Amino acid sequence: MPPVVEVSNLSRTFDVSKPWLNRVLERAPKAYLKAAQDISFSIGKGETFALVGESGSGKSTVAKMVVGLLAASEGEIRIDGVDMRKSRNTAAMRGLRRRIQMIFQDPYASLNPRWRVDRIIAEPIRAFGLERGEQAISARVGELLELVRLNPRDGAKYPHEFSGGQRQRICIARALASRPEFIVCDEPTSALDVSVQAQILNLMRDLQDEFGLTYLFISHDLAVVRHMAARIGVMYLGRLVEVAKAGELFGNPQHPYTRMLLEAIPDLNMTGRPRKAVEGEIPNPINPPPGCSFHPRCPLANERCRIERPAFLTRQPATGVACHAVEEGRA
Amino acid sequence: MSEHPLLSVRDLKVDFPTRRGTLKAIDGISFDIARGEILGVVGESGAGKSLTGSAIIGLLEPPGRISGGEVRLKGDRIDNLPAKAMRHIRGKRIGMIFQDPLTSLNPLFTIGEQIVETIMAHLPVSEREARERAVHLLDEVGIPAASQRLGAYPHQFSGGMRQRVVIALALCAEPELVIADEPTTALDVSVQAQIIRLLKRICRDHGASVMLITHDMGVIAETCDRVAVMYSGRIAEIGPVADVVRAPRHPYTIGLMGAIPTLDATEDRLTQIPGSMPRLDAIPSGCAFNPRCAHVFARCRQERPEPIDVGSSKVACWLAEEDGSRTIVDKKKADQLS
Ligand SMILES: Nc1ncnc2c1ncn2[C@@H]1O[C@H](COP(=O)(O)OP(=O)(O)OP(=O)(O)O)[C@@H](O)[C@H]1O
Ligand SMILES: Nc1ncnc2c1ncn2[C@@H]1O[C@H](COP(=O)(O)OP(=O)(O)OP(=O)(O)O)[C@@H](O)[C@H]1O
Ligand SMILES: [Mg+2]
Ligand SMILES: [Mg+2]
Repeated sequence: MPPVVEVSNLSRTFDVSKPWLNRVLERAPKAYLKAAQDISFSIGKGETFALVGESGSGKSTVAKMVVGLLAASEGEIRIDGVDMRKSRNTAAMRGLRRRIQMIFQDPYASLNPRWRVDRIIAEPIRAFGLERGEQAISARVGELLELVRLNPRDGAKYPHEFSGGQRQRICIARALASRPEFIVCDEPTSALDVSVQAQILNLMRDLQDEFGLTYLFISHDLAVVRHMAARIGVMYLGRLVEVAKAGELFGNPQHPYTRMLLEAIPDLNMTGRPRKAVEGEIPNPINPPPGCSFHPRCPLANERCRIERPAFLTRQPATGVACHAVEEGRA
Repeated sequence: MSEHPLLSVRDLKVDFPTRRGTLKAIDGISFDIARGEILGVVGESGAGKSLTGSAIIGLLEPPGRISGGEVRLKGDRIDNLPAKAMRHIRGKRIGMIFQDPLTSLNPLFTIGEQIVETIMAHLPVSEREARERAVHLLDEVGIPAASQRLGAYPHQFSGGMRQRVVIALALCAEPELVIADEPTTALDVSVQAQIIRLLKRICRDHGASVMLITHDMGVIAETCDRVAVMYSGRIAEIGPVADVVRAPRHPYTIGLMGAIPTLDATEDRLTQIPGSMPRLDAIPSGCAFNPRCAHVFARCRQERPEPIDVGSSKVACWLAEEDGSRTIVDKKKADQLS
C-alpha cells in the first residue's frame, strides 16, 4: 500500500527577533524559534496517524505545513506523489486541494462571523462544483449538519449563536463538505463533551471504513488518540522522538518522555494515585538545550545525552525512537 | 455575613427573544459555590454551561438576557447592577476564562501589553511591578522563558499557549471567584496538571472559589469538590464529585459516564447516548431528556422533574422520586470504576 502522505525532513523556523531598533539599542542578536525540525513520517491510505506532545511542541506547525497553509523552511511533503512545495499552482495541486481538508484547533476563529452557517458549509461544495443546483446544495448542507448532530434548520444562524462545541461541529461539517480523502484534524473534538465526542469519533471511523479516508490526527487526549490512531508520533520541542503502533506505545513506551507523558494521564477512577507531573521545566524553544533536548528532564540522561543529539533509529518499518538510552539498552 | 456562600444562583433563567418566540436557553437553575470550593460543571454541548458563566458576570450577548432569578456574590445581588458597577466586579472580583482563547486576546497587541494593562487596571502597581507580575504569572501557567516572550503577538503562540495567557489574564487581579470555561481543552496532560495545581492552590491559599466548566471527566474527578451536570438548560444532577462520577443517578449522567473513552479500551466503537439534545425551540414537555432515556415512563413525558435530595446529591429525575434508595447504575461502568 503506497503512502498517501510522505513527509521528509520537514522543518520550520520562525524569526522571533525584537524589532530592528530594539535590537540595535539592546545589542540583542536575532532570535529564531525552530518550531519543527527534521520531521519525517508517512501515512498509508485509510490509516490514522496521530501526533501527540506537549503544548508548543510543534504539532499545529506540522499540520499547517502538511496542508500547505504554512511554508516549510526545509523538507518535502508529498501527497499522492505530488510535491506540495514545487507544484503550488499546477493542475495536480488544484486537484489535490479538494481532497485535503483541515479541521482547525480554534473553531471560532476559523469561521467567517458574517456568514450564515449554511453558506459556510456550502462554500466548498460551490467552490468545487460538487452539487448541481441550489436545491441539491442545500440538501447536502442539511445532510452534513445532521451528520454532526446539528439540526438542518441551524444553518440559518450565525456562528456566534452557537456554543463552543456546536461551532466545532460546524467546522467538521465544513471539512467533510468537499468529500475529502485526507483530513488533518487539529484537536477536532477538544471542545466536545464526551457523548457528542463519541458520536463524532464514531462518525469519523465510519467514514474511514466506508470511503478509506486518511487522517492526520492531533489531540492531547491520549485516550482519544489510542482509540483513533493506528500509529502515533510523539513530538518534543519540535522533533519527533518516538513513532510506534498505538498498542505498542501504550503497552511498551520506549522514549523516557513518552513514559512520563503516559504517567501524567489523570486518573478517573479516583484511586488517589498521585498523578505524576512531567518533571522539570519546559525548555525554552528559542534556546533549546544542546544534545538531546529532553536531557534536562530525563532520569536516564548521561554525558552523551548532554552533548550528542540522538538520531532517529528506525525500527520496524515506519516506527522508531530517538534516544541514546534506548539505543544503548539502558532504558 | 460569613454564612453566605461566595456565589449563590437561584432559579436563573436566560432567554433569547426571537421573531418566532422566546428561546429558553437556561430555564431555572440553582446552585451555590462555597468559599474555597471548586464546582465542576459538565454536560452536553449546547446545554447552557457557557451561558450560565456569561450570565453570572453580566456578559450575555444581546438579545440574550436574564429573564428571571438572581445571582448573589457574598450575599449581594449582582444580576441587576448597573453596567459600570458590574465592570468593576468583572476582572477584579470575578475572573473569567473564556472558552475561545483566541477571541479573548486582541490580535493587535503583544501578550505583554495585554497582561500589563489588565494588571494596572485592577491593582495599584507601577508599570515595572506590573511587568514583573506578568512574567511571574506566565511562568506559573507554564510558558517557558516568559520574559523573552512578552513581546510576542497572540498568533505567534500555539493554541495551548494562548489558552494559558487567557488563564493568566483571568487570575492577574486575584479574584474571589474564577469562572473557567474549558480552561484546559487545548492542553496536553502535563500542562493540564500544572494548571489544575495552580487553580487548587489559589483556592487553598487565597480562599478563592472556582466554577470549572469542562467536559474532561478526569479533570473533574481530580479537581472538583462538587459537580453539576447540565442538560438542555437545566441541572440534571448536582452533588459531591465522588457520588456523581462513581454512582451517577440521573440516566443522562449515567450515559455521559459510559461515553468516556478509556485507555485500556479495545472496543471498536465508543459508547454514545442515542439521539441528540433538543433544539431550544423544540424542548420536549416533561423531562427534556425523556426521548433519549432508556427508563422513560408516562410521567416523564408530562411533568417536569425538579431537583430532589437523594443522599448528598440533588437529582431531577422521576426515577429518583419513585424510590429514593434506588440507583440505576450502568453495571459495566460501575465495575470498571470500583
Ligand atoms: N507565526 C509564528 N511566529 C512565531 N512563533 C510561532 C508561530 N507559530 C508558532 N510559533 C511557535 O512555534 C512553537 C510550536 O507551535 P505550535 O502551534 O506548532 O504548537 P502545538 O504543538 O500545536 O501546541 P498546542 O498543543 O499548544 O496547540 C511554539 O513555541 C509557538 O510559539
Ligand atoms: N447568541 C445566541 N443566540 C441564540 N442562541 C444562542 C446564542 N448563544 C448561545 N445560544 C444557544 O444557547 C445554548 C447554550 O449555549 P452555551 O454556549 O451555554 O452551551 P455550552 O453548554 O457552553 O456548550 P459547549 O459545551 O458546546 O460549549 C445553545 O443551544 C446555543 O445554540
Ligand atoms: Mg496546536
Ligand atoms: Mg461552552
